[in-house]
Parts: sequence; C-alpha cells; structure tokens
Amino acid sequence: MGKYLLRRILQMIPVVLGTTLLIYALVFALPGDPVAAMFGDKPVNQAVAAQIRAEYNLDKPFLVQYVLFLKNALTLNFGNTFAGQPVISVIGRAFPVTIQLALMAFVFEGVFGVLFGIISGLTKGKWSDTIILVISLLLISVPTFVTGFILQYFLGVKWHVLPATAGAHPGFIDLLMPAIVLGSVSMASIIRLTRTEISSNISEDYVRTARAKGMGNFQVIVHHVLRNSLIPVVTYLGADIGGLMGGAMITERIFNIQGVGNTLYQAIVRGEGTLVVSIVTILVMIFVVTSLLVDLLYAVLDPRIRYA
Amino acid sequence: MKKRKVTALAAAAVCSLALVLSGCGGSGSDSTTGASGGSDAMISVFNPEPTNPLIPSNTNEVGGGNPIDMMFSRLVSFDNKGKAHNEIAKEIKGNGDSSQFTIKINDGWKFTDGSPVTAESFTKAWSWAANVSNKQKNSSFFANIKGYDELQQDGVPADTQLSGLNVVDDKTFTVDLTSPSSTFPIQVGYAAFAPLPESFYKDTKAFGEKPVTVGPYKFQSWEHNKFVKVVKNPDYKGGIKVKNGGIEFRSYTDPTPAYADIQSGNLDALDTIPASYKKTFLKDSQVQAVNDPGSVLQMFTIPTYMKHFGEDQEGKLRRQAISMAINRPQIIDKVLSGTGKDVTDFTAPTIPGYSKSIKGNDVLKYNPSKAKELWEEANKISPWGANDVFKMAYNADGAHKEIYDAVANSIKNTLGINAQGNPLPTFNEFRSNVQGRKFTDSAFRSGWQADYPSPESYLMSNFSSSAADGNGSNDGDYKNPKFDALLTKATAAKSVDEANKIYQQAEEILMEDLPAVPLYYMNAYGAGSKSVQGFTFTWKGTPAYPDMSK
Repeated sequence: MGKYLLRRILQMIPVVLGTTLLIYALVFALPGDPVAAMFGDKPVNQAVAAQIRAEYNLDKPFLVQYVLFLKNALTLNFGNTFAGQPVISVIGRAFPVTIQLALMAFVFEGVFGVLFGIISGLTKGKWSDTIILVISLLLISVPTFVTGFILQYFLGVKWHVLPATAGAHPGFIDLLMPAIVLGSVSMASIIRLTRTEISSNISEDYVRTARAKGMGNFQVIVHHVLRNSLIPVVTYLGADIGGLMGGAMITERIFNIQGVGNTLYQAIVRGEGTLVVSIVTILVMIFVVTSLLVDLLYAVLDPRIRYA
Repeated sequence: MKKRKVTALAAAAVCSLALVLSGCGGSGSDSTTGASGGSDAMISVFNPEPTNPLIPSNTNEVGGGNPIDMMFSRLVSFDNKGKAHNEIAKEIKGNGDSSQFTIKINDGWKFTDGSPVTAESFTKAWSWAANVSNKQKNSSFFANIKGYDELQQDGVPADTQLSGLNVVDDKTFTVDLTSPSSTFPIQVGYAAFAPLPESFYKDTKAFGEKPVTVGPYKFQSWEHNKFVKVVKNPDYKGGIKVKNGGIEFRSYTDPTPAYADIQSGNLDALDTIPASYKKTFLKDSQVQAVNDPGSVLQMFTIPTYMKHFGEDQEGKLRRQAISMAINRPQIIDKVLSGTGKDVTDFTAPTIPGYSKSIKGNDVLKYNPSKAKELWEEANKISPWGANDVFKMAYNADGAHKEIYDAVANSIKNTLGINAQGNPLPTFNEFRSNVQGRKFTDSAFRSGWQADYPSPESYLMSNFSSSAADGNGSNDGDYKNPKFDALLTKATAAKSVDEANKIYQQAEEILMEDLPAVPLYYMNAYGAGSKSVQGFTFTWKGTPAYPDMSK
C-alpha cells in the first residue's frame, strides 16, 4: 500500500512537467502580441513596450522563458500578472470560491443523483421511474448555459427566489443556483448510471440467494445491491471533481463568479502565459490527486481489490 | 477606452471586454439596503475589473479609467456636454501662437493625505509619466512637451524632469511645447495629467492599490475581481456636484449577468448592453433604458498600401464608390437595432465641432447609381479583376461580425463585386496585424473615442502624417500635406471655436480622400435599475456618475 502510494505520487512529477511545458508552448504559440494589446487602439510607445517585455521575460526565446518560469516556480515565486499582482495572490483569490462552488455542485449531484437513481432503479417501469428518466434526459441534452440563463431569469430576475448573480462575497445562498446549474448535467448522468446498475444487480443470483436466505429487503438493497452498484458511480464522481473545477467557466460567467474559470479565461485573452500555466498546473494536480483517491476508495467498496 | 478601443468590450474588443453598500456585495440584499436613499446612498455600477494599478498615466482602459476619473481632479474638468471648466486651474494662459502656457492653480486644494496641491504636484507627475524608465502606457500624451524625447532614451534616471516644465512659484508653472497647440488647455483635462502627491514617488506600487487623490470622490477600497469603492470627498473644492454618497464599481467579466442584476434591482447602472438584449432593452419594463448619441466613431480604414486603393485617382474613386455603396441607415436599424447614428463627419455627435454640413459629405450617403458610376470610372484606370475580393478585417471577439457581413452584402449588391468580412480570432492578433502593416489586401476595422472633447483628438490621431508609420494611430499611413497644414493652422488658432472651423475645413479633404470609411456613431446606451435617478451619459459616453442618486 505504502509503495503503491509512493509510486503514484512520483508519477505526478512527469505529468506536471509535461502539462506545464505543453500549456506554456500553447500559450506562447498564440498569435498576437500581448504587450501591444495592452495599449489598445492607442499607438504603442516602443520604448515603453520594450521595457515591459523585458520585465516579463517576453523578449526571450520560448525555452528560456519556460526554464525561468520553472526555476521561479520551484521557489514558489510565480511572478506577477500584467496588472502587477503576484500570480500567487490571484490564484489565492480565485480558488476558494471555485472550490466552494464545485463542492456544492458535487454534493448536489452526488446526493440527488444517487437518490433519484435508486428510486428509479427500484421502481423500474413505474410512473416515478418514467418522470425521473424524462427529466434526466432533458438535463443531459440541454447545454449548461441554457439551464443557467433559464434558472437565472425565473428564479433570480422574475420571482426573486435566489440572487441572480453571486456577488462579491458569495455565501451558500448566493452559490446555490450556480451549483445546481453546474451539477445538473452530472446529476442526470449519475441518475442513469445508478439506475442501470441497480436494475441489473437486483436480478443477480447473489441477490436472489440473499433473499432466499430470508434477509430483509432493506438489508439486501443496502448491503448487496447498493454496494456493488456504487463502484462505477464513485469512479464517475471522482473524475468529475476536476471537471467541476475547470469546467465551471460557463457557470462562472453566467453568474459573475470571480473564480478559476473566469480568471483563466481572462488570462488566456490577455496572453498571460505564467498565470495560465499556474492555474492549469493546479487543476492537473487536482485531477491526479482525485483519481488516486478514487482508486483507493475502490478497495473500500470492493474487498476483492487490494493494492500491494 | 478599452471600451472604445476594445470593445467596448469594445468598441472594440478586447476586452472587449463592477457594488454595493454593505461590504458583502453581491446578492440581493445589498442594493436593497442602498435603497434607503438620500444623498448618501452608494450607487453600484457595472465595471470591468481594472487591469492596471490605479495610476492615471498607466491606465488606458475603462475598468481602471472610470474610478480614476472620479477620484482624480485635473486642471480642467468637462461638463456632461464636453465644455471645459477650470477645476484646479485658476488660469491657463497661452502666448500668441499657443506654444507656451502659463498655468496658475487655485489655493487651498489638498490631497486626501492632507498635503497641499502645488505646481510641483503637476510638473513632477507629468515628468514621471513621460519618463520611459517608469513604463507608463500613456507616456505619449506628453510627447508635445519639450524635453520628452530626452526622457525616451534607454537608461534615463527615473526622476529626470521634462525640461519644458518650469515651476515659477508654489502655485504657478509654465509649459513649453514642441509644436503649438491651441487645444492644450483641453488636453490637460485627460486623466493622465492629474496631479500626484509626494507620497506617490515613495511607493508607487502601494499607491496603485490605494491611491491618494484630490477630487470629487476619494478611494475607499479595492477588492480585486470584486469591486472598487470610492466615496464622496467632503473636502472637495471643485465645481462637480456629487449627488450620491459614493460609487461601487462592481467587477464583471461579462455584461450579461450585470443585465440580470439590473433587472432584479441588484445593480444600479450598466453602461453597455449585452448583445442578446440589444433588440429588447429599449422596451424592457424592468429597466430604465438609455440610448443617446455618443462619442465613438466606427469606421474601417482602407490602407494606402492596399492594391487598387493607393493615394491616386483610382484609389480615390474606389474609396468613394465603396462608401456610397453602403446602406448605413438600414444597417443601423437592422443590425444595431437603432443603437447607432448615421455619420456625417469624422468626429462624433457629442463633440464640440461636430457638424452635419461638411462640404462633400454626401459621399457618406447611400447612392447606388453614383457608386457604380465611380467604380466603373476607376476600372478604366486599372481594371478590378474577376478574382479580386474587397475584404474588411475585424476581431471576432468583439460583436462585429454581423455589421461587417451587412456592409459586405451592401457593397456586393451595389457594385456587383465580391466583398466579405475578414475575421481574426482575437483583438490581440488583429491589432498585431494592423501594427505590423500586414493588411495589404484588406481594409480593417477602426474606431475612435475622443480622449478630450475636440475634433483634434479624432483627426490628428487617425489621419495626420505625424501619426503615420507607427508613430500614432494613423494605421492606414494616410498622408496629405494640405490636410496636415490645416491641422497645424487649427492648433495655432486663437480660440477653440476658430480652431473647430478650421478642423471642419480639414474634414472636407477627408471626405474626398476617404482614408477611412466612417460607418456609424455608436450610441451611448445602457440600462439603469428602476430605483436610480439621474442615469445619463456624458459627452464621452460614460455614465455621469456624480449625477446618480436613489
């Protein structure tokens, strides 16, 4: 187990190095000159532009820029943004709200996805199953920004049930609607996944055996059906954490949440290589760590899986 | 600017691309507290997050420009109509040919840290901004002051002063210009010319986060990506009437959620309209819609280095033909949903000096038969090939596609030639191509919003020879000595009115040469919440923030 963990953690190093290099190269390859763009439609004062380029190492070849970035990153100095803010403090502002949003969406999709999935799977063919299926199909097929705008208009603007946008210091209530929007598509997938697993597991031999032995219905479902049905659901949920963090861009724009998605978007528009790479690196690490956690969780759910 | 420039989100694009009372902006609760009203109420307004520290000489985008405008008084201020009034200045007196100015400032003005505003507050600030070692993006505003070139050399000490600025006494200084300028007393109203306190030079970085200013408002707080808050300055001595207790510039990356906030009463003012609401906002009963003439001129430049469009007879005929082939009123109505105004000159409707009756401006009117006639005439000089395409480049990250598709269609249908839009993915890439003079077979979108209310800001920056070849915004490299001579004459004129008359004569030349084809004036439009009063726009197209109350 300890060895396994160590190996997985060591694997993160090449992954992080590879992604940073790739992302840095992509940002570097973006057409256009970020320094010229700082001047807008105004004439560019070349002397000033040259000084700014030197300040951000933009006058150096790509590999030199990358190595300088890595060297500074090792000492936790990620440099400054074009606005003169330390990258680290920009990240420090962006991540908490996105983490909060992602966790709320995660809990929402996990709880309601599994709950409705179980109801649907256990009542297969009945009206409750049909309704849940139709709604989940609807949620899967409608893009997030449509769900977002519709909910925003009715709940926020028209009926004033929830705030229309998240505001400067979003709390639970402010993020409720964005979290529902963000989690809705995954929730629908989890409903369908849980339903399929349950309805197939419920007719398995071991379930019949358990029943034949006189085990109560509730016990059978919780200990046998659910436990087996949840393995793919846990995999899905684990992989989704990273997706929720990085994929919140659309939701963040609709509800004006100044989180990771919005910050990343602006950094790309401005061609701020170091900021883009720093954010993406953190996202990559979140992906890697969550997938490790998911793998470890398997062992808990399925005693047959053991890591040496 | 970024609005202008960019995008407004720009007039462009880049960016193109702001609340409340209680500290926890945001949600619904905030503005309801504000609704308690009275002259102390905070007004919350839409604002892009400032992309630079709050230093006037380094801010060239609206996000930082809006709060800076409210906090920093200059020598003169402009009323909502664009008329200049002395603010900190007691008197700005030019010599005979407007090449030297003597500036006297008022007594008793103090920065928010209590230090007095003196002649040095100006001269040191201007020199600092002009000095290349300080890397200020607006340094070229000081280019006409003597000694500027010396400050552009590599390695010049950061505290070297402009030799053209001389302090006479505590309240008086003189300015020597490299070339005469009758509009200098107006130019000093631009934010980059604001005075700075001594404390600025000790720690410019801290200043940029928490500026010490002299003006109608003073700084309260800046939470990055959330808001910049300014409050009424009780010690303010100038002429601007402040009708609210302060302004919260709430940060938004996108105007769409801001519109939802206006509709639901969470935000008081939005100075743009998201594309998806343009067709409906004028009839939306949940908002106060405003749609007034503005100061942005939208055009496309046909560079002189483009084939068939050189500075000769053929080029002239083709430019006029293209201009007359565009059905502007129809495009303004159908594509812009009435949020623009038909063009009659090369300035904008809110600018003193704007005119509807410039000689030769019928070239800006839709006239299909005349257009065809001129195009045929040009074909006699050098034929337009069957494979030739008239292209117009624009940045696809601003809302320009529909307009350029409509313009291309209009040209195509009228002249029977192949015409099309030429989209580039980002403003960044688009500007690089313009600055690198890469558009040798394509016209390109251009737009201008004045920095100070004078035709000079439009004409000098966009069409003078001195702004060509990368030295300014004359990106089509248009050069006409007759036009330049009139501009020089206007800058040396005795009065602003006289200068404006000469500028109009200069525009007659532009009507003939058409270095750029004006398309429309972009209106100043926006939406206010139902509870706010006094939501109007200034000459510049920004909301008249001090006039708002609730």
